[in-house]
Amino acid sequence: MALKGNLRDFSTTQLLNLINLARKTGTLTIQGNEIAHVSFREGKLIYAHMGNENGNLAKILRNAGKLSEEQARIIETKARGTSDKQLGHLLVQAGYVTQSDIIQSVRQYVLDVVYKLFTWVDGLFRFDANKLPPPEQITIPIDLESIIMEGSRRLKEWEILQEEIPDLDTSLRFTDRPDARLRNINLTVEEWRVVSFINPRNSIRQIARANNLSDFEIRRIVYGMLQAGLVEFVRAPKPKPATEEPVKGTRRAKSETKEQSPAEKRSVVTRLIDRIRSL
Amino acid sequence: MQAVKMVITGPFSSGKTEFIGTISEIDVVSTERKISSSAEKIKESTTVAMDFGRITVDEDLVLYLFGTPGQRRFDFMWDILSQGMLGFVVMVDSTKPETFREAKRILETFESYAATPYVVAANKQDQEDAWDPEDLRIILRLRPEVKILPCVAIDKESVKNILLELLYSILEQLDEEDNA
Ligand SMILES: Nc1nc2c(ncn2[C@@H]2O[C@H](COP(=O)(O)OP(=O)(O)O)[C@@H](O)[C@H]2O)c(=O)[nH]1
Ligand SMILES: [Mg+2]
Repeated sequence: MALKGNLRDFSTTQLLNLINLARKTGTLTIQGNEIAHVSFREGKLIYAHMGNENGNLAKILRNAGKLSEEQARIIETKARGTSDKQLGHLLVQAGYVTQSDIIQSVRQYVLDVVYKLFTWVDGLFRFDANKLPPPEQITIPIDLESIIMEGSRRLKEWEILQEEIPDLDTSLRFTDRPDARLRNINLTVEEWRVVSFINPRNSIRQIARANNLSDFEIRRIVYGMLQAGLVEFVRAPKPKPATEEPVKGTRRAKSETKEQSPAEKRSVVTRLIDRIRSL
Repeated sequence: MQAVKMVITGPFSSGKTEFIGTISEIDVVSTERKISSSAEKIKESTTVAMDFGRITVDEDLVLYLFGTPGQRRFDFMWDILSQGMLGFVVMVDSTKPETFREAKRILETFESYAATPYVVAANKQDQEDAWDPEDLRIILRLRPEVKILPCVAIDKESVKNILLELLYSILEQLDEEDNA
């Protein structure tokens, strides 16, 4: 079903996170100042390009310093009409570049496009499920988790951070999502330090203090981890005040139906079910 | 005579009034008033107090449905409304990604009020640009045991389904309490 909107309302980070978690296949098109096309297969980034130039291989290798200006120019004119995949084979065979040069350069090109998207705050987007680049295009599967981490690292909007993490007195825990694998995520030293403190008993503020991080820094780190699906907020029911005076506010956790026995409550619910079914 | 209540919450224009109106046996009592602030001009009039619907079960039991007011300045009422509720429904307009964050905020607020079960209704699924409920589950970061259900609030069967699923969740919670 439709997946479209504006980045103003649904950010690049949120989009990538959704595509990652839902393991989507297809192409995301974003019309900002330029037009960007980003393709995914089963939740992995496989290709991206910006604008109308489809980022041809000769240019990409030139920008990565793997080909000289002269070489790139000659190849571009000679190889017009050749697909990137074919051209790649030819260049490797002719000994101009290695296969790993190509992979690295294309990968970097794709990542640069995607990181740029993190800075876009406005732009119409649309996700076309199952639409993929043509088979002759060189695609390289890249895990979105680390991209989201890095993109969030670059995302400096204090306001968003504050909105996403309004309360530093809450705590975090690791998600039990089985595929949230730490080893696939590149964490900075600071992030590792934070990770080692993640525990439902430690508030975010305490973690920040322990690591000498400012509110901003800790929010940025936590935000990245939240977006990558690594951690989540602990929203444990407030501990019941067993003996002490009930804390103001907990009163509301007790509902008036509490006086009812479970059997009575069950009877109410079954009667409601019967009635609504009959409507 | 026993009265129980459920709360229908969700962002502005997500379909709360419609939902209650579709199933209630009385005309929805809502204190509608023209509001002129531009953000709220989307609709002709919007609920400033709350919606109120009723389903009579038998002589001894009646269910009230309360819709929460849409504007933030009425947030204080949420707390009052949530007291003693059997469960709640979070309505989301699946066609408006700009409201998803607000939906999540509302959901979390209600969650903190009471440990009662709730379901999320991915409303307006009859619209072509509706987002998929399973995508909404991810966006709203719902726990796996929380149901997110496709909904068309103008369709009675759909509304019945949402309320029934909520009631099933309530039964499940009672079972868990028994086993504990
Ligand atoms: N097509 C469609 N329109 C709906 C649906 N639910 C609500 N609406 C419309 O959306 C608008 C806002 O609904 P309303 O119930 O007033 O929203 P509230 O602010 O949450 O009470 C109204 O014009 C409704 O008729 C639905 O499932 N499908
Ligand atoms: Mg309303």
